[in-house]
Amino acid sequence: MNAPAKPCLDIRNLSAVLPNGLRVLRSVSLAVEPGEVRALVGESGAGKTMIGKAVLGVLPPSVRIVEGNMLLEGEDLGRLAPKARRTLIGARTALIPQDPLTALNPSRRIGPQMTDRLVRILGWSGEKADARIRQLLDEVQIRDPERVLKCYPHELSGGMRQRVLIAAAFAAEPRLIVADEPTTALDVTVQKQILRLIAQLQREHGTAILFVTHDLGVVAKISQKVSVLYAGKVVEEADTAALFAAPQHPYTLALMAATPRYTDPFASLKPVDDKVLAGLAAEIAAADQAWRRPHG
Amino acid sequence: MVEPLFSVRGLKVALPDMTRKPLIGRAPLAEILKGLDFDLPRGSVTGIVGESGSGKSTLGRALVRLLEPSAGNVMFDGRDITHLPEAELRPLRRNLQMIFQDPMSSLNPRRTIFSIIAAPLKQNGLGDNLKARVAEALQRVGLPQSFAGRYRHEVSGGQRQRVGIARALALSPKFVLADEIVSGLDVSTQAQILTLLEKLAAEMGLTVAFISHDLSVIRRLCRQVIVMREGAIVEASATDTLFEHPRQAYTRDLLAAIPLPEIDDAWLLPAPKAPA
Repeated sequence: MNAPAKPCLDIRNLSAVLPNGLRVLRSVSLAVEPGEVRALVGESGAGKTMIGKAVLGVLPPSVRIVEGNMLLEGEDLGRLAPKARRTLIGARTALIPQDPLTALNPSRRIGPQMTDRLVRILGWSGEKADARIRQLLDEVQIRDPERVLKCYPHELSGGMRQRVLIAAAFAAEPRLIVADEPTTALDVTVQKQILRLIAQLQREHGTAILFVTHDLGVVAKISQKVSVLYAGKVVEEADTAALFAAPQHPYTLALMAATPRYTDPFASLKPVDDKVLAGLAAEIAAADQAWRRPHG
Repeated sequence: MVEPLFSVRGLKVALPDMTRKPLIGRAPLAEILKGLDFDLPRGSVTGIVGESGSGKSTLGRALVRLLEPSAGNVMFDGRDITHLPEAELRPLRRNLQMIFQDPMSSLNPRRTIFSIIAAPLKQNGLGDNLKARVAEALQRVGLPQSFAGRYRHEVSGGQRQRVGIARALALSPKFVLADEIVSGLDVSTQAQILTLLEKLAAEMGLTVAFISHDLSVIRRLCRQVIVMREGAIVEASATDTLFEHPRQAYTRDLLAAIPLPEIDDAWLLPAPKAPA
């Protein structure tokens, strides 16, 4: 076991560029402690999904990491040979995707899809994998596992599909789960059940979660720490409770004022002020200039 | 008392259920809307809220007569449009406009924004003075005139939705159906679009049916709300009444499920054993 002081995931100064030289991640640093939920929040294009993909080693080929380190339980992913890196990521992380219908193979039954990873990648015996999956289906409160295991993905509701993927994510006891907008496609009542389930399993299994979302409401409910992203840059980082009590960055403040709240309809849904956007643009430009100097 | 713009009684819509279609022959009909009664008062925004599959979009499509009801009747502006044939609907279409959820798929990629906004004007006999009319429509939604020559992929998501609004409002319609028009947008853009729609609805005295799954957005924008579930109306009332004194358990559940951007440690706890 690792020393408890070591973060589960430690991203240091990570920068990534597109072929045209545009920086899509701008010196991102963040740490996820063991058993902690860290939210990554931002609008589209903020790079939050990109960070999750970088951690899992599944960045699109056009995105190149040019600087920085990612340490998974102290192991520097950049220093490992590709095969060793994949093995480590495969054993210690898992993904809960946004859209379970795309993530599941439509032409295979749920059962084999869930055991596949355990058997083929982690080398478990079929019986052990089977027993484990049944146990997890019980934990995600699927009452009739026999039926569900025999179903094709389209035969399940959106909420059920997401339960199946949550069960699959926790099955191999990963140390870190990347949850990429896992409730965005769901109705509010189902979203609440799924968030509750993720929180419960996360607590019981002591799993750390990097929780990607655009919804500050979800951030407030699920996370202990939060990083606010804009244009691939962390503009504010805080304990979730502190962020909501006293947001420091003008952009965080503006995002909060833009987020709809039925309890306070006229204090919410405020468009982001042009001054805030101009400030952000200046901040990004200054960061890029400072970064380019040593990088020629 | 002013006569409502829409008066709907016993509205039923049945659509073919393709999941139960036999190999040969017609699919059996499934009843999507199960007898709805409501009015849409003139000059105000009515929210229609419900979860997926509740029938809210089907209801919208029946109002603008993209679907023909299977029973009941729909009175629009004093006229029964329930079973009007397309030829007789044509002259009314100008007053039954729609703003769509996804402007990327509802704006023609091969046409300039000018021609997208001009098309319904020409169709409805307002082809004279096109340039001035399109310019006015763009200005109304806060887009610069230079956008007229652009294509949909050359503008941002929020600007694209403004084009959708400009197209619908260019005809000065009596009724606008807005179906989940902000659900694909970031919160900051969403706020801009809602503020714009709020302003235009007030200025132009529009009657709007605003379909959304987001009760927070509805509270801000709408004067009255219809809550739907499984093809039926659960509750319909003035917005403040609905939010402050929801009568139905389902409405209360919907409200309780919204994650508000504020710390609440009890929110994720299982409901039955919530601590005191």
